[in-house]
Amino acid sequence: MTFYIFNRKGRCQYYHEWQRLKPVRQGAGSQEEDFKLMFGLCWSMRALATAIDPKSPSMKQMGAPMRIGDGCSFNSIKTSSFKLQFLESPSGLKASWRMPGSGGQPCWGAGCFVLTTDPSVGSMVEQLQYIYASLFVELVVKNPLYTPGEPFLFEPFSAALNKYMRALGLLS
Amino acid sequence: MEMINAEIFTLTYGSMVRQLIADHEDVEEVNAQLDKMGFSIGQRLIDEYLAKSKTQRCSDFRETADRIAKVGFKMFLNTTATVANWNAEGTECSLILEDNPLTDFVELPEQLGALKYSNLLCGVIRGALEMVNMDVECAFVRDVLRGDDVYEIRLKLLSSSTEAYPFKDDD
Repeated sequence: MTFYIFNRKGRCQYYHEWQRLKPVRQGAGSQEEDFKLMFGLCWSMRALATAIDPKSPSMKQMGAPMRIGDGCSFNSIKTSSFKLQFLESPSGLKASWRMPGSGGQPCWGAGCFVLTTDPSVGSMVEQLQYIYASLFVELVVKNPLYTPGEPFLFEPFSAALNKYMRALGLLS
Repeated sequence: MEMINAEIFTLTYGSMVRQLIADHEDVEEVNAQLDKMGFSIGQRLIDEYLAKSKTQRCSDFRETADRIAKVGFKMFLNTTATVANWNAEGTECSLILEDNPLTDFVELPEQLGALKYSNLLCGVIRGALEMVNMDVECAFVRDVLRGDDVYEIRLKLLSSSTEAYPFKDDD
């Protein structure tokens, strides 16, 4: 199970891994590559979802620039071995989680949150929203040492995140 | 939302402005510093606003101005503003505040006539909107402290940028 916070420029601001069955070296090659692949996947899914959005009045060309927050988004991608939960903040923050076999959710505009989980895990939309509103805003944004958009490593945030994940029963 | 005593807030802001005047002496420089501080605050405030107000995206600038006036000011200053004086293109408007908690108990001495006492607010709005990709110009045009009957913040949308994939293909 892994957790990523990307800023709206696609840079990974925070990464935590609880359990990763295969080391990054055997996957993307390097941690940096892994961040890029993960962001690229979320970005493309968003673009794809927007392009085929049946409610959109006009067909948008795939990959055409959009205004932040425009277009429809996705909540999760489920595969046979993991699920990716995605939350995009209206300020462009995108987050997703991935558990081996579970998923993550999107935030809006400022960036996004990505959580990967076991595929058997249900919807995490509200939980990602909670992480955004109650953990990220309170413990990161309000921390004077935090520079918006820059990577951070704050013990209180990590501790609260761990505690919350344990309370959700996602960690053994 | 966590609340604090309004008077403590007002007095703290007052002593901060007083300190800036003592440090910089030049009134224009103080105005610029207030704007800059506000900008940094706005960049952070936006996430709290978005996360706690649970609002969806704004469809246009009119809606954005309306949200700032009705939701933003309410959340952070416990007051509301009126949106007025739109230009024909819908890119400029005024936020009119009848009540500004920052200026309770404040009187401007004559030699500080050029001080934009509440300029921090302009910076906050600019910083917050910058985070949602809206480039705005924001300035006080009317100020009760300087003898007008209301506070008026003029808001001008310069550009609204789009989201594009941040990496090059071969990156």
